[in-house]
Amino acid sequence: MKKENVIVAEALTKAFGDFKAVNAISFEVKKGEIFGFLGANGAGKTTAMKMLIGISKPSSGNAKVAGFDVYNQTESIKKNIGYMSQKFTLYDDLTVKENITFFGGIYGLSRAKIREKRAQLVSELGLEGISNKLVGSLPLGWKQKLSFSVSLLHEPKIVFLDEPTGGVDPITRRQFWEMIYKAADQGTTIFVTTHYMDEAEYCERVSIVVEGRIEALDTPKKLKEQFKVDSMNDVFLKLARNIE
Amino acid sequence: MKTIGFIIQKEFKQIFRNKGMLPIIFILPILQLVILSNAATYEVKNIKFAYIDYDHTSSSRALVEKFNASTFFNVLTDFPSQEIASSAMLSGEVDVVLEMPTNFERNLLKEKTAELSITINAIDGAAAGVTSGYVNQIVQSFNKDVRMSIIDTSKKIVQPVTIESIPSFWYNTTLDYKTFMVPGILVLLVTMITLFLSGMNIVREKEIGTLEQINVTPIRKSQFIIGKLFPFWIIGMGLLTIGLILAKIIFNTPMLGSLLLLYGYTSIYILVILGMGLLISNFTDTQQQAMFIAWFFVVIFILMSGLFTPIESMPKWAQIVTEFNPIKYFVEVVRMVLLKGSDITNILPQLLKTLLYALIMNGLAVWSYKKVS
Repeated sequence: MKKENVIVAEALTKAFGDFKAVNAISFEVKKGEIFGFLGANGAGKTTAMKMLIGISKPSSGNAKVAGFDVYNQTESIKKNIGYMSQKFTLYDDLTVKENITFFGGIYGLSRAKIREKRAQLVSELGLEGISNKLVGSLPLGWKQKLSFSVSLLHEPKIVFLDEPTGGVDPITRRQFWEMIYKAADQGTTIFVTTHYMDEAEYCERVSIVVEGRIEALDTPKKLKEQFKVDSMNDVFLKLARNIE
Repeated sequence: MKTIGFIIQKEFKQIFRNKGMLPIIFILPILQLVILSNAATYEVKNIKFAYIDYDHTSSSRALVEKFNASTFFNVLTDFPSQEIASSAMLSGEVDVVLEMPTNFERNLLKEKTAELSITINAIDGAAAGVTSGYVNQIVQSFNKDVRMSIIDTSKKIVQPVTIESIPSFWYNTTLDYKTFMVPGILVLLVTMITLFLSGMNIVREKEIGTLEQINVTPIRKSQFIIGKLFPFWIIGMGLLTIGLILAKIIFNTPMLGSLLLLYGYTSIYILVILGMGLLISNFTDTQQQAMFIAWFFVVIFILMSGLFTPIESMPKWAQIVTEFNPIKYFVEVVRMVLLKGSDITNILPQLLKTLLYALIMNGLAVWSYKKVS
């Protein structure tokens, strides 16, 4: 079974002066895939992601996301993707319900659709008791789960997650990955960055970014075989050492 | 259109939920209007007056008595010598010293002329000018009294013909300073609050990261900007309303012209200010930076608006600079419409310039707002 590519990057580069934050990366992501984008802090993961979601112009190279060009079709890309940034970016001074309504609204969902989605989301996350509480008062883990659900509100083809589980406890992280699997099962493509190597095992394929370059790209199993180690952690350490 | 509705709804919720912000929006301007209108006055009153009387005659005492009777002067002391008077002036105890020389009365009666020396603290030149005017009035009046008494005692002398001019003060017949100031302060509060709020608002979303989240949505720039700024436009109009009501109730400010015209003009004027706020927030990364820049412009605009000092007395180059000051036009329009009852044809130049300003400001702001970096 051959699936279509929903993200294609060819020699995508972002330079700030002489410094190449992202240096000619190329890869493809298939529909419904969970694609891990791994790397240390400052490796260029977020910068690469920002080019793909259409809020940062590439310096050179090409990329297509959901079939649209990252140079001049950014607004079409935005209709087809969801995004959850490193920072928590729902409004702390709005309630759970109000946040859902607002983001549903700016994605152009009808009022009826928003109501339906809102009810569904609140019950799925088990937020019934606190749906009228300000989001700022929720624990971080709940906020992250809510934030992820909100990014899926408009049923995007691809969802970009930038270190979604940063600072979250292991149980919540496990629950979070269950949510990711569920979304992937429904056909949503997941593009996720992380620096937790255990999470890399959950991905179907991972790319390891070191200093702006993709140094390895394969399934976790094959990468471990290739580098003759037992865990993704060791794969990563080996790669990082080679660079030094 | 529907999308804009969602943004407006969200903005209003956030504004009215912010317990720290509400008083700033509504209480502060009221205090500003009530307090500033009383404080910003050019009337010179309670002048600290002292005198040196070397003459000690009924005439010299009569002159001092005239100062005492005036409401403008507080007669503090008499000084025995000029040295003591000078040191009192230096320490700020007195602002005006009148010196009556020996033989003041004798000269007045015999020579029909006498000299007085007046020393005025002129650090504040404008106030000193006014003080000097008051002193002259009192001395003239004293002069008249003396002349009358001389005429009475002597034979009939032909009275010299005098020309007197009787001014009639239009639009502010009682020369009430507050009538002039209150509409100006109204401009100040509408401008400051809307500029700070709009400038701060978008930068705040930049700071907390939600702007990035907005930028990855397919929302159009124009939708976002209109949705963001509209609530502040409403608040601006609300402030004008509160200000006008207070002006009527507390200061009984005359409102001769059409309020509808004033509202019409203000609705365009606020667009200029909102555009400026947006422009500032586009070029700053933190609320602190935005605040500094907004403050910088507000201070310059206010000082060069004709609110406190007449533009006509500024140097030529400064007058040209004021042409680019939107606050100047608003101050002119508010005073013209409220105090003179001007109609739309009278304020047409201001109206057109403000409209042009609004177009340019918002054009620049929308152009410089970038969803892609």
